[in-house]
Amino acid sequence: MNKQTDATIPTIPAKARLSRWFGRNLIRIYAVFGFTYLFIPVLYTFAFSFNNSGKSNLIWKGFTLNNWRNPCGAPEVCSALGNSIKIGLLATTFSTILGTMIAFAIGRYAFKGRSTSNLLIFLPMATPEIVLGASLLSLFLVFHINPGFWPTVIAHVMFCISFVVVTVKARIASLDPRLEQAAMDLYANELETFRRVTLPLVAPGIAGAALLAFSLSFDDFIITNFNSGTLTTFPKFVYVSAARGIPAQANVIGSGMFMLALFIVIAGQFVGRKVKVSK
Amino acid sequence: MSNALSKVKLPYLLLLPGFLFLFTFFILPIINLAQTSTQTPISGGDTGQNEQTFHFVNYLNAFNENKEQFARSFIFALCATVLALTIAYPLAYAIAFKAGKLKNVLLVLVVAPFFVSFLLRTIAWKQILGEEGFVVPTLRSFGIISQSTTLTSTSFAVIMGMTYNFLPFMTLPLYASLERIDPRTMEASGDLYANGITTFRKVTLPLSMPGVVAGTLLTFIPAAGDYVNAAILGSPNTKMIGNVIESRYFKIVDYPTAAALSFTLMAAILILVTIYIRKAGTEELV
Repeated sequence: MNKQTDATIPTIPAKARLSRWFGRNLIRIYAVFGFTYLFIPVLYTFAFSFNNSGKSNLIWKGFTLNNWRNPCGAPEVCSALGNSIKIGLLATTFSTILGTMIAFAIGRYAFKGRSTSNLLIFLPMATPEIVLGASLLSLFLVFHINPGFWPTVIAHVMFCISFVVVTVKARIASLDPRLEQAAMDLYANELETFRRVTLPLVAPGIAGAALLAFSLSFDDFIITNFNSGTLTTFPKFVYVSAARGIPAQANVIGSGMFMLALFIVIAGQFVGRKVKVSK
Repeated sequence: MSNALSKVKLPYLLLLPGFLFLFTFFILPIINLAQTSTQTPISGGDTGQNEQTFHFVNYLNAFNENKEQFARSFIFALCATVLALTIAYPLAYAIAFKAGKLKNVLLVLVVAPFFVSFLLRTIAWKQILGEEGFVVPTLRSFGIISQSTTLTSTSFAVIMGMTYNFLPFMTLPLYASLERIDPRTMEASGDLYANGITTFRKVTLPLSMPGVVAGTLLTFIPAAGDYVNAAILGSPNTKMIGNVIESRYFKIVDYPTAAALSFTLMAAILILVTIYIRKAGTEELV
């Protein structure tokens, strides 16, 4: 009798409790596995940036800080990095300006040819990189333009524009139109409304698009490989040296870029929050 | 009057510079590529010198010689897309609904591996899965794989590498569409006695379809044309069509075949994408 009353007290057996906990947290557990998968090679790259490896960074030979003290120690690695940054900054600037203009036109106006414009923006994203790279190289060859620095910049602007348009357009679409109406109600003219209301509201989208464009440009290999000729960019350097072993300095630069990007994004979020508060 | 007129013109003026650029460096090259694809080498000319002969047989030859690589490209890309979707969907779901204050941090972490060069990460996988890495000896000691089995230079490694590399392209659009879902729609479904699975099937999944379509396309398209994963993680037996196009351009200097292959690849992808978008029923993509 006593035993039965015990059983009615809602104590769930440990096994059931465990399975319920799993059921409730399954998605979180799954997410942890997902992030582990994403970060295994990142951690590997970071760990091997401290390898006292000599020329080929394949086997762990001991801990050293020398690679971090002298990231340009391996021949060519820093000039390749410099080229990548220069190309990335130029491509980001041009593609962000051109793409933002297109995003405003498509996102803000109803005009004849709008759906064709959408298609033209979508097409470069639906074309495999190898076709983009190969076709652009063929064009340069027809006009006897040698592949190199500027052809690479042009190629990067071309494939970054669509991504900028899509990112900025999404931001424009999420704006509350009442904010602009309010500005107009308060006697701001169109230009003032744009400058004081619309643009600041779209700015985070533009910043995000620029960051995306830079990371796409900086990391691009396939299109660059077709249009850069003898110019070495950082991904090209890694690809070429993969055959005979990548110097640990490349890992230093990869890890450094990773930390720099994290810092920029987190600082950006912090600044964004501050601006919101001060308003 | 002039003000009204300029208002009509304004969107076109905004479009003009960008579209001029895209026309010159995207449309023109594609047209030029189409022209190159039907050329034949000038007899007695240098390598790489071709003339227009409207030799459409180039397409047939290029396709027949590389059927296997074409098939492999699409199968690998499909596998990578399905795998990426099964990994990225719960990930995006967890970030959108279960992360609380950590939402923004986790979102940054999804994109963060981008900044370590994609080649460095692919080579890292090669070394992790290679003979000197820790995965193969561990699996061998547990008897999961035999002593002679290797993980690199296999289809498995190539597909895994592609899944990995395109994962952020899958996760971000999924997150964007999941995040837009009003949680109250899910609560309403629960109030109407739907269990968790039914709510997901009838409410969450349909509402996130634009993200699923965008993510699968952004993964499948680059995966089908990729050659870097196959070059680093694969073997001559896992060559994809991208590897063939690359070697036709740089090693064999056979521009017409390379152009014909590129065009066939692009056409095949466009056809597949069109069918897919029709079936998925989302017209407004970008």
